[in-house]
Amino acid sequence: MARIAVISFPGSNCDRDIITAIRDITGTAPNQFWHKESTMPRQDLVILPGGFSFGDYLRCGAIAARSPIMDEVLEHAWRGGYVLVICNGFQILTEADLLPGTLMRNRGLRFVCRDVLLETHNSDNAVLTGLKEGQKLRIPVAHNEGNYFADPATLKKLTDKGQIAFTYSGADQDPDYNPNGAINDIAGIVSENGRVLGLMPHPERKADPIHGGLDGRLLLQSVIEAAS
Amino acid sequence: MVNITITIGLKDGVLDPEGRAIESSLNNLGYHEASEIKTGRLIRFTMNENDHARAHQKVSKMCETLLVNTVIEHYDITIEDLIEE
Repeated sequence: MARIAVISFPGSNCDRDIITAIRDITGTAPNQFWHKESTMPRQDLVILPGGFSFGDYLRCGAIAARSPIMDEVLEHAWRGGYVLVICNGFQILTEADLLPGTLMRNRGLRFVCRDVLLETHNSDNAVLTGLKEGQKLRIPVAHNEGNYFADPATLKKLTDKGQIAFTYSGADQDPDYNPNGAINDIAGIVSENGRVLGLMPHPERKADPIHGGLDGRLLLQSVIEAAS
Repeated sequence: MVNITITIGLKDGVLDPEGRAIESSLNNLGYHEASEIKTGRLIRFTMNENDHARAHQKVSKMCETLLVNTVIEHYDITIEDLIEE
């Protein structure tokens, strides 16, 4: 049984959703930690949920990235632990320099909240083992700063090392398939060791039949299985 | 004591959608002479330090660790002596 932790910051608002999704999948509620805690017992998987930590002050995720608990999260990742960061969690981890690049203001200057179609890439990465190469997933996004950006050298490295996990897919002919202007349509990336996954879409919002789909659950199952 | 002003802006080549929106609004109002509009952020504070070089060093460190995202932003530090009345 994987030991799973969900970290909450002031302004996190998707922690309950991810906790519910994890409990539905594993049968056990994950451990919860508050940002001020400076010790965390060993975990197999650490999750940073979506939300608006610290009111998005300064830059999204910037203040949360310097919270006491983050030393433990970074150490867990450096040890080779599994990490899943969703939306604001992704912003926090780029601010903490654990994942490369940054999430900028959406190209259209609007908060975007809708389903998007994702395509899975580099499924040999540990966290994606439960998914097939090219597999399409329909999962919602909900963000104002999801426009992934990295300099050309970083993008080349991400491509060469197979670190691009999900792109927004235009397969269903939607002209606005990329909801935020993300460079190379990038929706999610993994760390070099394939164990840290950061993505803008919210898998926990497509994890119960009542959500109108279970694609998010597939993704969460993949990450949990990898960490188990 | 010194007054610190940090001006933070997006690096060249980084899309500034807010600047673009402001520019199109100004153009719509007839100000066609306004172009290449960039937005940014200003952070001001006082610092208990008299040596400008030391102050600059400390503020640069603050910028690199928290205040600026150096992936997409550049910054400029201005230091002025605080005139006490």
